[in-house]
Amino acid sequence: MFQDRYSLAFKLYPYKKSKDQDKPDAVRHPVVIVGGGPIGLATALDLGRQGIPALVLDDHEGIGMGSRAICFAKRTLEIADRYGCGAPMLDKGVVWNVGKVFQDDRQVYEFNLLPESGHRNPAFINLQQPYFEKFIFDAICTEQERGAPIEIRGKNRVDAIDVKDDHVVLSVDTPDGAYQLEADWMIACDGAGSPTRDMLGLGFEGRVFQDSFLIADIKMKSTEFPTERWFWFEPYFKSGASTLLHKQPDDVWRVDFQIGWDVDRKEELKEENIRRRLDAMLGDDVDYEMVWSSIYTFQCRRMDKFRHGRVLFAGDAAHQVSPFGARGANSGFQDVDNLGWKLGLVISGKAPESLLDTYDDERIYGADENILNSTRSTDFITPKSKVSKNFRDAVLNLAERYTFARPLVNSGRLSVPCTYDHSPLNGADDLPGGPVTSRVGSPCKDAPVGHGFLLDQLGNDFAILAINTDVPNSVDIDGINVRSVSLNTTDDLTGALAERYLGSESQAVYLIRPDQHVTARWREYDEDALRSAVRKACGKE
Amino acid sequence: MPLITEPNLYSPDDFYADLIAAHEGLSDEESEALNSRLILILSNHIGERETLKQALEAAKKS
Repeated sequence: MFQDRYSLAFKLYPYKKSKDQDKPDAVRHPVVIVGGGPIGLATALDLGRQGIPALVLDDHEGIGMGSRAICFAKRTLEIADRYGCGAPMLDKGVVWNVGKVFQDDRQVYEFNLLPESGHRNPAFINLQQPYFEKFIFDAICTEQERGAPIEIRGKNRVDAIDVKDDHVVLSVDTPDGAYQLEADWMIACDGAGSPTRDMLGLGFEGRVFQDSFLIADIKMKSTEFPTERWFWFEPYFKSGASTLLHKQPDDVWRVDFQIGWDVDRKEELKEENIRRRLDAMLGDDVDYEMVWSSIYTFQCRRMDKFRHGRVLFAGDAAHQVSPFGARGANSGFQDVDNLGWKLGLVISGKAPESLLDTYDDERIYGADENILNSTRSTDFITPKSKVSKNFRDAVLNLAERYTFARPLVNSGRLSVPCTYDHSPLNGADDLPGGPVTSRVGSPCKDAPVGHGFLLDQLGNDFAILAINTDVPNSVDIDGINVRSVSLNTTDDLTGALAERYLGSESQAVYLIRPDQHVTARWREYDEDALRSAVRKACGKE
Repeated sequence: MPLITEPNLYSPDDFYADLIAAHEGLSDEESEALNSRLILILSNHIGERETLKQALEAAKKS
């Protein structure tokens, strides 16, 4: 009855009978999270750190095998830093900056991400997904020891959901039989194939791409390959219509072959057949060990709405993109970042329920941006018509000699965080000389301040960022404590703070949301303006 | 800059001859590839999205 659908990389939460299972009536929980992947675990961590009880139900007992999402963006690491699990990710992850693009047997060009200096985190790290999840889990354990009310139940599979006006009733199956639970709020983080979505009869429409990709993770016996991203269009070794080579920790390399739509999965996944492709690419003299392989197909699609009353969808359950650009797990993490504080304020009675509708507004905007980018990458990598292929080939041909064509080469536009330009939560943007990159709606850019970094100082709650001007230490607005981070030019040893937050202004006051997005900014502090902006950012105006 | 649809070529007959000459001896496929490269090169020269959109519209209407 409890047949595992996959094997585990880490067994972390073995099934244990819960007291809830013996109660005659269903026990009510404030938040039940369905799915213990990276998005579900991070959501539990966010809520638990706010002191809000979060119960995670997962139908397995730990983290699944396979590298899967391997590319984690700066914004994700910044959010992870806020949750206390960024450091081990950065420590374990592989930092890369150089990418090379090939067509056939020639290099078309080489690029360097040239990360802007003055950020704690690099533009990207490569890290196998099981490690990423394990570090989130470790942070949960640390928070639990400090008393955070987080619980994870393994081999608890949700088989039925009854959505009421003000709560949700869940039927949960376990090795000891079924029981019922109630949740004030339910968050579905159960992946692209979301059973929750199906149980609620909700659609998931979008574009199907008729192509399959064979992933092979290989451990190199010698480490002659550099830490770079190599992408081939129509490689001379004929192992795929396109091929990607990318380094992961533990001397493991990800190789991704585009192998067409009509393939015999079982046949292609045989080790000797995968090795044939790999040997053609690497040459017969390269010694490697196979670590993991898989075939995937993908779609670009999203749900119409991510909020359905008391049920909220996050991550792949809500939206799915192609892997080009690393916009899957990275956008899911932005969902968590966006939802956590809003749900926290609603549950603690400090904001109206309607604040959660802005999770829909903002993250659907984010999902559409990701789907647009990832669809464009896919169309470039796998042209859908003869004329499309002609232009693609023309771009690659010209890019070798003419720099103008290089920005047109699209082997994935790497994930960058969303700027919520049209969010209903946005307040005043009254800093005419302020930089465009810190306009209202944008995620705060990091900067060195004193001996540390700005984002660490901003923390997890509403904050006033004041530069070169006096503001109160903190202000209480309808039970929400807004703390000030006051800085001046002497803290700004590198000039990055002025460049990123002052522009041509000599002083500035920013109101920063708990997810570290700018929600209003002014030249001078005005308490009435601040109150109004905080109320707006909480969905009260 | 709005798309120029009035005569703007300095020496139209010479340009036209150059264009045809560039395709001389090419297979249909090679010609298509050349045209694709040419469109990209000229588009970059124009640069402005609005002008390029007007050009696409003008081409579609013909």
